[in-house]
Amino acid sequence: MSTVSNIVNWARIKSPWLLHFNTGACNACDIEIIAALTPRYDLERFGIQLKGTPRHADILVCSGPVTRQIEDRLVRIYEQMPEPKFVIAVGTCSCTGGVFKGCYNVKAGIDSAIPVAAYIPGCPASPKAIIDGVVKLLSSLKEK
Amino acid sequence: MHDSHKFKIPIGPQHPALKEPESFSVALKGEKILGVDIRLGYNHRGIEKACEERTFLQDVYLVERVCGICSHSHSTCFVQAVEEIAGLEIPSRAKYLRTLIAELERVHSHLLWLGVAGHEIGFDTLLMYTWRDREIVMDILAQFTGNRVNYGMNTIGGVRRDIDVSQVKDALKAVDTLQERTKYYIEIATSEVTIIKRLSGVGVLSYEDALRLDAVGPTARASGVKRDVRKDDPYAAYADVSFDVITDNHSDVYGRTVVRLKELLESFKIIRQVLENLPAGPIAIKAPRKIPAGEAISRYEAPRGEDVHFVKSNGGEKPERVKIRAPTLANVQAVKHMLKDRFLADMPIVIAAIDPCFSCTDRSIEISYLDDARKKEVLTWPELHAYSIDWHRKRGIDFSSLNKKLKEGFKTS
Ligand code: SF4
Repeated sequence: MSTVSNIVNWARIKSPWLLHFNTGACNACDIEIIAALTPRYDLERFGIQLKGTPRHADILVCSGPVTRQIEDRLVRIYEQMPEPKFVIAVGTCSCTGGVFKGCYNVKAGIDSAIPVAAYIPGCPASPKAIIDGVVKLLSSLKEK
Repeated sequence: MHDSHKFKIPIGPQHPALKEPESFSVALKGEKILGVDIRLGYNHRGIEKACEERTFLQDVYLVERVCGICSHSHSTCFVQAVEEIAGLEIPSRAKYLRTLIAELERVHSHLLWLGVAGHEIGFDTLLMYTWRDREIVMDILAQFTGNRVNYGMNTIGGVRRDIDVSQVKDALKAVDTLQERTKYYIEIATSEVTIIKRLSGVGVLSYEDALRLDAVGPTARASGVKRDVRKDDPYAAYADVSFDVITDNHSDVYGRTVVRLKELLESFKIIRQVLENLPAGPIAIKAPRKIPAGEAISRYEAPRGEDVHFVKSNGGEKPERVKIRAPTLANVQAVKHMLKDRFLADMPIVIAAIDPCFSCTDRSIEISYLDDARKKEVLTWPELHAYSIDWHRKRGIDFSSLNKKLKEGFKTS
């Protein structure tokens, strides 16, 4: 790796920007993601910031199973993100489809539409689990 | 740009101001909103249909996941309907516990809303403050039910977990702290000039319009409509506790803020009464696996307004039909009205002010035209069918000859 890319990688790990996207979740995982960012759990201490647009984001945090309406949009949002990009699936239903598996309007987990880097199960995944997942993802990036 | 120039902008399904996938197409003239078209359905998962394929007991947990913020509302509403069909009279301790969780849920939901509303008007300090305090009630909920969200407390015939004396003590202490914090927020909301100025006169919904558009919950109560299922048609233990229905006549976003904040104080009142008068006895009775044939409608005052569940049983293990009408669906019509002729910049807070929950709502689609608000179109099932055939035919896909062949094939064979 060249020096420049080393620096870029270092900066990225120190301050990854998140984009949160609800792909059909029941909202519980979403509020737990927000809870993880607020004072009690304070995910922001890892330099993480929630961003509004895919073009600024390094990590896409998805919650919920992929509904048929959202599928195209999810893929489009993923494609709009700059490389390198990572996807975190929060909650059992974004990992596998969970309770909604088999519903006519639901495909399955996030990985049925886009590649996923980290899975955080739980219904809903607790903020502690979310922090754990994010930190594990970041430390795996360090090794690269 | 020329003054008379009109244009349309799409907002969503992914947008920084929206927490859930829904999309709005906004017709604008300059900064002014001419009309809003709301497109729901991104979150539609097909829960009602899935309910028909699972047993009554499994459905309790499935309807809980209609919405994670008011999960107890949906599961209570559902079990109440099932209990009514089966003719089950649940023990009074179970009723009290249901009420307790319901009010704790209201506290967490209203605090959450206050934070989100603060965020939408650029007051992020409020978001951080309220969400920090919200953790107090989350801890209590986790202690009582074992989970922070999606409590799994209800079962057909009662509740699944009992609470003991030490838990009651913890909860009373937590309620004291929360009450103090809430009083502080009320003080901020009623004295902080920036909040008052930003929220007053925004998203106005008059008393008449609230009735006409069938608004529910805090949205209606902030327009002076005294409607609360807890009082009008008491369920669980609400008949035994005393509390006031909060109304306000500001009829705008400010009024909705005040109503929710004052409702928090009422919730604390109810929680205290429930904890102090918790009757002894069992927490559940045994429910049959098969529910006798029949149907029932159950109403419930969720944090966002009236939630209605309809359940029909044909005597088997699985329901024949489950229908859910979540409060946001009732309120979303009012949003269109509130936004008309307002500024685009008000949109996030006006939408947030009904405390929308689109994962609750995404089970119906309304087609309406922007140019003329009255020209609405509700399609019946055969019309929708014909429309879809036509839509495909225009794109060169035609199954009619195939269908004919199939039919003929059936006749000859
Ligand atoms: S995993 Fe559970 S809590 Fe999370 S979105 Fe899915 S159903 Fe809701």
